[in-house]
Formats: sequence, structure tokens, C-alpha cells
Amino acid sequence: MAIFLNEQSKIIVQGMTGSEGQRHTRRMLAAGSAVLGGVNARKAGTSVDFDGTSLPVFGTVEEAMKETGADVSVLFVPPAFTKDAMVEAIDAGMPLIVVITEGVPVHDTAWALAHSQRTGGSRIIGPNCPGIASPGKSNAGIIPSDITGAGRIGLVSKSGTLTYQLMYELRDIGFTTSVGIGGDPIIGTTHIDCLQAFQDDPETDAIIMVGEIGGDAEERAADYIKANVTKPVVGYVAGFTAPEGKTMGHAGAIVSGSSGTAEAKKEALEAAGVRVGKTPSETARLMRDIVTS
Amino acid sequence: MEYQAKELFAKHDVPLTPGIVAETVDEVRAAAEQIGGRVVVKAQVKVGGRGKAGGVKLAADPDEAAARGREILGMDIKGHTVHRVLVVPAVDIAEEYYFSFLVDRANRAYLCIASVEGGVEIEEVARTNPDAVAQIRIDPVAGVDEAKAREIVATAKFPAELADQATAMITRLWDCFVAEDASLVEVNPLGRLGDGRLDALDGKVTVDDNAGFRHPDHAEYVDRTADDPLEAAAKEKDLNYVKLDGTVGIIGNGAGLVMSTLDVVAYAGEEFGGVRPANFLDIGGGASAEVMANGLEIVLGDPDVRAVFVNVFGGITACDAVANGIVSAIHMLESRGETINKPLVVRLDGNNAEEGRRILADSEHDIVEMVDTMDGAARRAAELAAK
Repeated sequence: MAIFLNEQSKIIVQGMTGSEGQRHTRRMLAAGSAVLGGVNARKAGTSVDFDGTSLPVFGTVEEAMKETGADVSVLFVPPAFTKDAMVEAIDAGMPLIVVITEGVPVHDTAWALAHSQRTGGSRIIGPNCPGIASPGKSNAGIIPSDITGAGRIGLVSKSGTLTYQLMYELRDIGFTTSVGIGGDPIIGTTHIDCLQAFQDDPETDAIIMVGEIGGDAEERAADYIKANVTKPVVGYVAGFTAPEGKTMGHAGAIVSGSSGTAEAKKEALEAAGVRVGKTPSETARLMRDIVTS
Repeated sequence: MEYQAKELFAKHDVPLTPGIVAETVDEVRAAAEQIGGRVVVKAQVKVGGRGKAGGVKLAADPDEAAARGREILGMDIKGHTVHRVLVVPAVDIAEEYYFSFLVDRANRAYLCIASVEGGVEIEEVARTNPDAVAQIRIDPVAGVDEAKAREIVATAKFPAELADQATAMITRLWDCFVAEDASLVEVNPLGRLGDGRLDALDGKVTVDDNAGFRHPDHAEYVDRTADDPLEAAAKEKDLNYVKLDGTVGIIGNGAGLVMSTLDVVAYAGEEFGGVRPANFLDIGGGASAEVMANGLEIVLGDPDVRAVFVNVFGGITACDAVANGIVSAIHMLESRGETINKPLVVRLDGNNAEEGRRILADSEHDIVEMVDTMDGAARRAAELAAK
């Protein structure tokens, strides 16, 4: 089954004609994803060739959905235009919107998500995320498809390269779906949304949750796991040795005061029955013990 | 800093008593003369608790203001050197309140926090008397109109005679929050003066760097100064670098992986008498040879660094490009006449890792050592740093 994205998924790309859009559309096609077209109002009616596959460019998301039956849109739109692109996809009723763009103003994200909540329907992943991959089925975003094949682990993570590292360490077991939810202060799909979906997915046997210092998303996820998740969960939080009061990279990764530290998150997760690794390889080992026992 | 927040407040007609920024003792005296009467000299630093640290002083006349300015300028407040002060007229404060708008991560919306028990740390009030701190959720689409502002005033229990003034102030602060793309707008304390006026006595505004493209004027608020010279040099090159106190230089791609690398090195270092990471440096995705070279230059320039660990997982970034970056960085530094005598432990995995390893092996730089796994490489780097 996998979550949110499977072999039936039909993908369009907003921003397909740009350099990043073209590069990753090519990779998604190579991974076997059903990418059926792109959207760019200024290039409507043209097409883009990807190693022999010609994809049409539509003027609007609505038109692209009508012509292709797309139910997933991946956004490679520059930050200044991301809000409008999200709103267009939301208004067209796109079921899944994956926002790869890094550097979207937080007010734009907040507005678009609030708008989506009012109008219903769309699930939004990101922004500032690597996207979602269901190995062997479909890949919507920039997660490399050659790290691992299909299997029975579900993964949800704020960090891109840590996601890749863990997928790599467990490549012999494989994954149902890997979701990179992004590290921005405000994001669409959360750890909890993914935990719930993995819990309900019959093909997922166990879940890896990768967190990050700052905020309290992991603590809230721990509460959710305690009450709702019966499948084994293995956690990892980077930043045990990060000094307080320093920002490191992601807008989200700030430690201030006692809450939001890796230690506090580890304790909260362990109290919810989650086994937490101190390093990526220990985390992979904990997961290996669970799925092979 | 306070004076910058007040500039933004003033731009949106938030009521406040204007002050004058001064960077020298003479400027402090001139400011006090211009204002006339009693003034307060306030240190401008990006850290709280400056009052307790002696960074805020009352002065009766320009001479005393200059004397206080002499004490405060150059003072160290929690590791921040005071380079400028704000000179403001001393006002008669009857009561102090707290007010802020901020991004609410948990609810993917905004939050307004308001309390009539201001003047102290709001976290303290929230802990000891949570009922005195009103938290009102703001829907990003609906925003704050007059009706919402009145709801906030009522919920926070502002005195009835201040309701109209407070409502006007709140809508202006909301304008500031939205128009300036702020992730935080805080007034603390929000003063009620002796004559009954509300006044934003002190404030803080955090603007969203991501929105810089629609706020060219925010460029002047970007803090290019750093107390650490290596951090300052890294900032100039747009590198995401944080100086730490250990001896293993760290370079990696992706904030999460780099942070994880710090942990792995610190754990491995326990075996070698507590070797720890010397820095955080994320070269990001698709790093070019130039970025790699700049990064290596900063890390090697740190006198505390005894070994460097380059940890890259090639997702989209191709490892052959990273390897070429390392090789050209070494050439570049050597061509400048610098001798590199610190060992580089490199771990490459993922996209084109084999080709990357081959490039490094062929380069025949004896300072470069390749290790297959992240744990193994961390251990080796810690071992080399301990030598």
C-alpha cells in the first residue's frame, strides 16, 4: 500500500520548465514515477522532452488535472511565487501537494496552509522538504530512488540527508514510504500525520521517526504514539552535543532553554515506548533488531 | 535590537517615545542635550537581561548621561559587546504590560500573547500565574481586524479606560507583523505612562530572512558582525558555520546530518580523552568546489582544529563533485603558499560515491584518508585529533 503516494499516483510538476524542475522531473521519470505534465502559464501549449518522453506544459493546475487526471503536484517554483502556486493547486482541489522549494517566507506558508484548511481537501508536504518516496512505486520530490528498494519500514523525517543516511543503512530491508516533512517553522504534513498513516498502512511493519532539536513537535509526536501507535517505533534526534542558544542550519534547529533539546526529546519518546538511537547507525541497528526478530 | 524594533514600530505608527542612537560618549552627551531633562541610556545588544547587567542607566543631565554612556559603551553583556546605546527621555511609568505576535509552530498559525502583568520575564509569569497570560490564536487568513483586537483586549483584561488605545496599538502592531514579514513582534514592557498614554517602551522584532526579497530595507538589519573572528569570516562567505570548543573540524552536507556528525564525533571522542567537534559547518546541497574550498579554508584556519572530518552523503549532491571540490580546495590553498598539515578524514556515501573515492585516491594527497562508514570515520578523526 504505502502512504500518500503509490503506483497509481499521477504527478504533475509546477515549475517543470525551470532548471531544478527539469532536472528532478527527469529523475522522477527515471525512478518510474508517472509524471504526466507540467504547469507554467507563460509556456502553456509547449512541451518538454525528457530523454524521449515528451511532457505537455499546461497553463493552469486545473487544466493539467482535467487533461491528465493528476492527483499529486510537486512544486519547484521559486520562493517568491510559491504561495500563489500552492494556492492555485489548493483551489484546483489537488489531493497531494509536495512543496520542495526552500526559502518560502513563513507568512506565505501560514496563509496557504490556513487557506487549505478552510477549503478542505489537500494534503500538503513541506515546504523546504525532499518530498516523498514509496520505493518501487513512485517518487515525488528529490529523494534519490536508488538508495533502497521496497520493504516494510516507514520513515518520517525533518532532515533530508539524515533520511538518506538511514534509508542507506537499512537498504537491505527496504521501505514502504519515506516522507521528508521539512525543517521550516511551519509545515503542512507533520510527524503525527505520518505516524497515523503508517499505523493504518497494512504494509508497514515498523516506523522510524527522525526529529531535530528545537520546537516541541517530537514531544507532541511522543504523546500521539503513546495513545495511538501500536507498531514499533524507533526514533532518532540529532543534536545531543549542540550548545544551547546557537542556531544551526534549519530555521527549526534552535535550542533555547531546557525544552527542545535532544535529551528532552529522547526522554519524551522513550517514555512513549519508542527506542531511541544515539547515532544513525545505532538507530538502524535498533530497527534491524525489530524487523528481523 | 531595541532601536531597530522601534524604527519598525514607528514606521507603522505604533505609539512610542522616540530616542536617539549613540555610538560614542560625545554622541550620548549631544543626544541628552537635544532631548533635555532626565534621560535613560540603554545598551543595544541582542540579548535579554541587560538591565540586570547594568546596561540601562538613568541620568539627570547631559554630563551624567555622558558618564553613564562611558560605562555602558564597550561593556560586555552575556558575551555581547555594547557598540551603541539608545538615549531616551525618562518617562513616568505607571504600569507595565506585555504584548506579542508570533509564529505558532504547533498550530501552524499565529499566536498573540498578552498580559497585564508585565515588567518581569513573561515566562516567569506564565509559570507562576498562567491565568494572567492570555494566549489568543490568530488565523493567518482572517488576520487581526478591529473586532479581533477588541477580543484580545478583553481576553487579556486590559483596563477598560485603555481599551480604545490598546485596540489601536494592537492593529498597528499587527500591521507591523504582517507588512514586515516578522516571525516575532514583541513589546515588553508596554508601558502605561503617568498621563495615561500607552507607549511601546521596549521591543523586539524578528524578521523572516526568507522574505528578504520583498524587503530590501531589511538588509540593514542583517547582523554581519560576529564576536568570533572565524564566524565573521564564514558569514562573509555565506557559510553556515558555528564555532564550537573542540578540536575536530567538521564539514558535511545538510543541517541534520552535520548535527548528527557532531554527536557521533563527540561519542567517538570519549574514547580519546574527551575529543569534541570544533565547529558546525553545513555546505548544503549541490555544494560546488568553491564552497568546499571556502569551507575547508575556514575550518583549517581554526587554530584549535587538529583533524578534519568531511562527512557527505550524496543524495542529489554527487560525491565525485565533492571529491573534486576537496582536491581543488587543497590545490587552491597550497597555491596560496599555505601548508596543510592537518589530516582530513573523508567519508563519502550515496550518489557516485565510488567515483568520488577514486578521485581522492588518485589525487595522492597523503593528508586525505578515506574511511567507509560514518562511525568509523568519526572514530578515526577523533583519534587523529587526540594525537
